[in-house]
Amino acid sequence: MVDKVLKGNGLYWGWLTLLLMVMGAGAVAYLVQFNYGLGATGMSRDVTWGIYISQFTFLVGVAAGGLMLVLPYYLHDYKSFGRITLLGEFMAIAAVVMCLMFILADLGQPMRALNVILHPTPNSMLFYDMIVLNGYLFLNILCGFVVLASEYRGIKYPNWVKPFIYLSIPWAISIHTVTAFLYCGLPGRHFWLTAVLAPRFLASAFAAGPALLLVIALIMKRTANFDVGETAKNKLVTIIGYAAIINFFLLGCEVFVGYYSNIPGHMHTLDYLFFGLADHSTGVIHNNLVPFMRASVVMGIVGIIMLFVARRQKSDAMLSTSCILIFVAFWIDKGLGLVLGGFVPTPMEHIVEYTPTVVELGVTAGVWATGFFVLTLLYKLVVAVKRDSEATLKIS
Amino acid sequence: MDNTRRKFLKLAGLTAAAGVAAPMLGSKALAAGGGHGAPAAAGGHHEEVPSGVRYGLVIDTGKFNDNPGLAERCQKVCHDYHNVPKFNNSKDEIKWIWTDKFANVFPEKSHYKKDERLNAMNILALCNHCDNPPCVRACPTKATFKNADGAVMMDFHRCIGCRFCMAACPYGARSFNWRSPRGSEDGKPFIEKYNHRFPSRMRGVVEKCSLCSWRTKQGKDPLCVEEANKGVEGAMVFGDLNDPNSEISHVLRKRFTIQRKPSLGTKPSIFYII
Amino acid sequence: MYDKGKVLIGLAIFLVLALSVVGYNMTAGDNKKPEPEKPKGYTACVKSTDYMKSSHMVLLNEWRDEVIREGKREMVKTPEGIMVEKSLQNGCMHCHTSKVKFCDRCHEYASVKPYCWDCHLAPVEPADGKEAI
Repeated sequence: MVDKVLKGNGLYWGWLTLLLMVMGAGAVAYLVQFNYGLGATGMSRDVTWGIYISQFTFLVGVAAGGLMLVLPYYLHDYKSFGRITLLGEFMAIAAVVMCLMFILADLGQPMRALNVILHPTPNSMLFYDMIVLNGYLFLNILCGFVVLASEYRGIKYPNWVKPFIYLSIPWAISIHTVTAFLYCGLPGRHFWLTAVLAPRFLASAFAAGPALLLVIALIMKRTANFDVGETAKNKLVTIIGYAAIINFFLLGCEVFVGYYSNIPGHMHTLDYLFFGLADHSTGVIHNNLVPFMRASVVMGIVGIIMLFVARRQKSDAMLSTSCILIFVAFWIDKGLGLVLGGFVPTPMEHIVEYTPTVVELGVTAGVWATGFFVLTLLYKLVVAVKRDSEATLKIS
Repeated sequence: MDNTRRKFLKLAGLTAAAGVAAPMLGSKALAAGGGHGAPAAAGGHHEEVPSGVRYGLVIDTGKFNDNPGLAERCQKVCHDYHNVPKFNNSKDEIKWIWTDKFANVFPEKSHYKKDERLNAMNILALCNHCDNPPCVRACPTKATFKNADGAVMMDFHRCIGCRFCMAACPYGARSFNWRSPRGSEDGKPFIEKYNHRFPSRMRGVVEKCSLCSWRTKQGKDPLCVEEANKGVEGAMVFGDLNDPNSEISHVLRKRFTIQRKPSLGTKPSIFYII
Repeated sequence: MYDKGKVLIGLAIFLVLALSVVGYNMTAGDNKKPEPEKPKGYTACVKSTDYMKSSHMVLLNEWRDEVIREGKREMVKTPEGIMVEKSLQNGCMHCHTSKVKFCDRCHEYASVKPYCWDCHLAPVEPADGKEAI
């Protein structure tokens, strides 16, 4: 079965080669960072987490978003998702692999990473994050491959895997909830200290994950002649659209609480993200994330409108554009604004901004390339197996 | 290694049970910290229970203000002894004790038209050695933990450099070794003169004030306190907050003091006379 | 079995490569037993020589945990009655005044690279008068 990833056309091999080259560049960048220390990044005493942790946070969402593709099929026997359920599980595998790599890249002493297991600390949210992420990776590898292997042999998946499939559904919620708890349990970081953080994480995850999957599905329709089907696509539009709307609703709640209550701590970061914030001791206005955040809101809203229009007009081009807009909008919102914004202002109310370095961007690109490499191989496998089994069905 | 293994097994066994119990324990601690910058009615919502030793500090800002250079001397004696490197840039900066303006040390005390003396004052800031430290709650390896005497300690051997504690600390008291503290730039080493009585750190770990636990164990004051009192008697008072007869308890009974961000429920052990 | 010949040749090459490392180590280089220089004027350490030879790292880890984590900073007594601080820098290296002539001799022989000295400061080596860090 696995040998199917070794057969592909020029486009397939070209894409893999490109990814391998980016991965190589990322490895070199990581070596630079490993030898110099995390000072090779743009992080500082005041902005202690940067693009690594923000990518990690966003990608946990992508992984959890796989739930929206798995749940209808397994829990509600929604047959139209037959072709995308496995894609959802395998997307989760690639996303969790990226998450783990981003965490490792962010550690000051990566060689001591196992201390988290050697000295288990149940009061730390990071301890639970380690458990839920690795557990989710395990569950998806297990369920994904058992289901795929059964399909390869032309049989229904065995019953013993069912409990694991059902377990993976609440587990998907848990990974993003625990990731939100990393932030919203910290006193003194007002932007993060909000009970709607976990719900908002889940809403944006349930939009961004399926949006990415829909874009990939539309690409595969062209390059691999693999169509997930009109019904599944329409259902995905509903899922993505409503999840994205809920995310904006929750963002609106944050804005209301901040500005109506008029409590400075609640407004500072929102000010910084959307309008720019002045340092009260120097008077300098800091606003390097403002264009991104404003673009994020515009892209998100335009994306939602376009999404439903595209469904009505049955336009794949418009559908993929709208999904890309929503994906990028939420990437900016969570992958930049949420983590970086939370550090502004500092606990001593200074304003320190963060700009990633070339080394940091190189490592980040390398990890994303690794994720897409894993994803490509897994999807190649799914497409090949699905085609074989469906061809056999037709003959018989 | 037997000792470690035994401890590990014991812990591993307990973890399953603790994993269930801990969130419940944690929620009690979290409930105390919901203030969002509003001043708390009772300095942290519930009384601190005096049990065992709990070391604390009183800093008399007026005395420091009247003696320019005293705070800087306190910083120097601490940083020199503890081999704290000097990077000359704020990005890599490491500091255990430092000064900042009143508005930055006490950002919640932002009332209109503060007096000039207060606005101009440079105030010492350091780890608050909270009775309920968020950094300890956040650390995934127990590399930072609470000592029996109340000091919040760092075990540099164990720190994995995830910097969760730095995000958790509401006081900006923690520094990270972004690069090797033993390096140099333009031929100038970051640690100019090593103190061979104390280790340095390696890159990739977090560090902060340890309330000189190696001295307090011997009944001595922390270095900064010793230095401050060389300048002016009573500029800093160190002692056991839980001992009603200690000098620090006496001072706290007689003088009006404030803590940094008490509304967060962290219960700082550092008090300021303004 | 497919390609039996090729597999066997591959295995043979692997074995030769793997064993060559062992062979090289047995024949080349100086294989004399290391002789760490012991401090003069002392007859005993905090534990027996055998224990220290095999398990000094265990003791150091225990001391580390006791001192930092449990606050047990009381001194340790040697059989000669000398009080030793539970500290690598201020205890061990108080008697063993040279890292180069003591620690490094065995560690280099065994190709062990403990990370103690990434943070802890070794005593100033008298030979070149420079700080050995």
